Amino acid sequence: MSTLAAPRPMSSLTGTRSLLRLGLRRDRIMIPVWILALLSSLFSTLGGYRGLYKTAAERQHFADGANGNSSTLAFYGPLHDPSLGGMTAWRMGALGAAFVGVMSVLLVIRHTRAEEEEGRLELVGAGVVGRRAALTAALLVAVLAALALGVLVMLGLASEGVAGAVSTGVGWAAAGILFAAVGAVAAQVTENARAARGIGVGVIAAAYLLRAAGDATEGAGWLTWLSPIGWIEQIRPYGGDRLWAALLPLAAAALLIAAAYALIEHRDLGAGLLAPRPGPAEAAPGLRSPLALAWRLQSGSLYGWACGFLVYGLVVGGIAKGIGDLVGGNSGTNDLITKMGGQSGLVDAFLVTCIGLMSAMASLYGVQAALRLRTEEGLQRVEPLLATAVGRVRWVAGHLLIALAGTVVMLLVSGLSIGLTYGASVGDLGGKVPELLGAVLVQTPAAWVAVGIGIALFGLAPRFSPAAWAVVAGFLLLGQLGPVLDLGQAVMDLSPFTHVPKLPGGTMDATPLIVLTAIVAALIAAGLYGIRRRDIAT
Amino acid sequence: MNTALSVSGLVKTFGRTRALDGLDLTVSTGEVHGFLGPNGAGKSTTIRVLLGLMRADGGTAELLGGDPWRDATALHRRLAYVPGDVTLWPSLSGGEVIDLLGRLRGGLDARRRAELLDRFELDPKKKGRAYSKGNRQKVALVAALASDAELLILDEPTSGLDPLMEEVFQDCVKEERRGGRTVLLSSHILSEVESLCDRVTIIRKGRTVETGTLTELRHLTRTSIHAELAGPPNGITALPGVHDVQVDGNTVRLEVDTPQLDAVLRQLTQVGVRGLVSQPPTLEELFLRHYEEELTELEGTPR
Repeated sequence: MSTLAAPRPMSSLTGTRSLLRLGLRRDRIMIPVWILALLSSLFSTLGGYRGLYKTAAERQHFADGANGNSSTLAFYGPLHDPSLGGMTAWRMGALGAAFVGVMSVLLVIRHTRAEEEEGRLELVGAGVVGRRAALTAALLVAVLAALALGVLVMLGLASEGVAGAVSTGVGWAAAGILFAAVGAVAAQVTENARAARGIGVGVIAAAYLLRAAGDATEGAGWLTWLSPIGWIEQIRPYGGDRLWAALLPLAAAALLIAAAYALIEHRDLGAGLLAPRPGPAEAAPGLRSPLALAWRLQSGSLYGWACGFLVYGLVVGGIAKGIGDLVGGNSGTNDLITKMGGQSGLVDAFLVTCIGLMSAMASLYGVQAALRLRTEEGLQRVEPLLATAVGRVRWVAGHLLIALAGTVVMLLVSGLSIGLTYGASVGDLGGKVPELLGAVLVQTPAAWVAVGIGIALFGLAPRFSPAAWAVVAGFLLLGQLGPVLDLGQAVMDLSPFTHVPKLPGGTMDATPLIVLTAIVAALIAAGLYGIRRRDIAT
Repeated sequence: MNTALSVSGLVKTFGRTRALDGLDLTVSTGEVHGFLGPNGAGKSTTIRVLLGLMRADGGTAELLGGDPWRDATALHRRLAYVPGDVTLWPSLSGGEVIDLLGRLRGGLDARRRAELLDRFELDPKKKGRAYSKGNRQKVALVAALASDAELLILDEPTSGLDPLMEEVFQDCVKEERRGGRTVLLSSHILSEVESLCDRVTIIRKGRTVETGTLTELRHLTRTSIHAELAGPPNGITALPGVHDVQVDGNTVRLEVDTPQLDAVLRQLTQVGVRGLVSQPPTLEELFLRHYEEELTELEGTPR
């Protein structure tokens, strides 16, 4: 009698270990970059406070200002302990939890719904892999990333007090785990990874806004308790260290993960819970040009970015007037803010700093919109398009126009929203709105430079077009860190944003605007020259 | 007869790979021309050069009387293209893609569009991401066939279609030929090429190895014969052009170079024929012969 080895019983988790290893390998760059970025923002905040608020009296003054201003309350929540650790945990607690959440959502969806949508999970699923293996592996990847981050936070903050460091680390890790579970459910709901990411990030944004409303409104503190990010806040690092509050997000995570597993059992591979909506059987009359197609493909993302700029601008404008109370009397902060770009006047300096940041972000939008060209080419969607009577330049022009005009839209939205809330708070809408619109609009040529670099790379050296991301990130970092690190003028001059007039407060000078516009035009011309001559990628 | 497109001595290199190595291809106006070759032979590269998506490194290419690179936009108004691997925008419905591509080319026949959607049983309301490979291909086919282009360039257009839809596709191409359109059909499906094409070009490693009408090509290859005779076959093996002879009593199987068929039959009838089965060469054999050469060469190369 021949004996065959009995097949190993296959459970719904079979294969998790291999998928986990695959996932960690695929994310060996992405996870460290996320962790590094989050840690460096935390520790640079700590370093900044350490340099600025040397005495307990100064810190108490800061805390009184922060707790008395509804805009800062909305942004960061209440400050419970005016120690360096407490201030750092306050400044980065809720905001950091939101970013950790974004990391988790992206990680989980990348390994579940995105894989499923691309059809790769089908290939894997045909092998010896259980139904729940992919989701389990994805959750483990995200949980490991969250735990690693939490431990590093604890180690880094331990110098400011061990209990507070542990609370801060636990808070971020719990946020990572909770939003990984949110991502797991979102991945089951829709067929489309983009939509799933949208749901996940939307939940995070809603949680953040809910706690903002609770923290900033007298008598509405219960709203904070409804928000997952509010729960993280309730841990109160350095201000009570209520670790029990971390049980709330962890319990919610357990429930959500159970729900995600239940949903997996009730759907087919590739399907979602929400049935996809059918589209029109015929194209609208307007869909007849490369520009119309580019608009159709990009409008959703443009509206999304514009909403982000709107919210941020409203907050910045709302805080601006109270900025004097917050830092008042502290010469260090005054110095720093003046160094960070302003010539005079604390509020103006603050606005200039914020506008600088928002302009760099607008530039980031522009690069993203321009590099859509590369995506279209890489996915071979452009081939049938260019086989019609559409020339290459017309095709490029469609997306380029959206990138350039979209950058201006972001700037306009920023100026308008800052002007509205700031103007309302000082009772000068008619004056502040046009002033701030002007202040953001002078940034336009600088914000276009990275777009021009993206187009030039796309035309001349398409394989290197992602380098445009690095360029815009470099400009952003120069603007944010350059003044703090006292980088030399020669280095600062590398960023186009160094050269534009710093309004409000500075003097208007048209020369740099003209020079920058000429540079942008030359970059675009180089890109168009390149695209007319090169092969379309296959 | 006019020439719709002609390519001669075309060379295209990607780094150190020579994708096209002196390729020749001529398609006459009004014909359906089969474009055959194993994977990686250079079919899609040739088509991309013809569409002006790539620039050749050497040789000449002419398309509808113009230069495919320089006059791309003007020429594209007169042709329609179906890529081998159709990718659609995930958020656009199939109907939107058909209309968009049609409008960008300069017009679409609405009646024909409706008819084709019906014949291919394609739901135009589905979004791009929801279509299967076959359905994505149908979207591109409807967009191309509903145009009034004089030249259709189809790059393996049926690789994802089921047999029923393959049938519909063949009917459509036959109608196009009756309507006077020129078709360049790159394909792997030899029965499709045999039933549709007037002439074929076979390429291998970026070079043309055969070109001509199917009849001409058949002439280049062997007919197989299975005969039952009145007595034992004599002297068959000695005839020129006869291969693989197997004699079993009074029956004989053999392969013969088609031009020598006459002599072999004469020899067989001298003995007396009781039964005869003769099979003309199929395109498949033709194709495999070139394929086998490649395999032999591969085996011959030291590793």
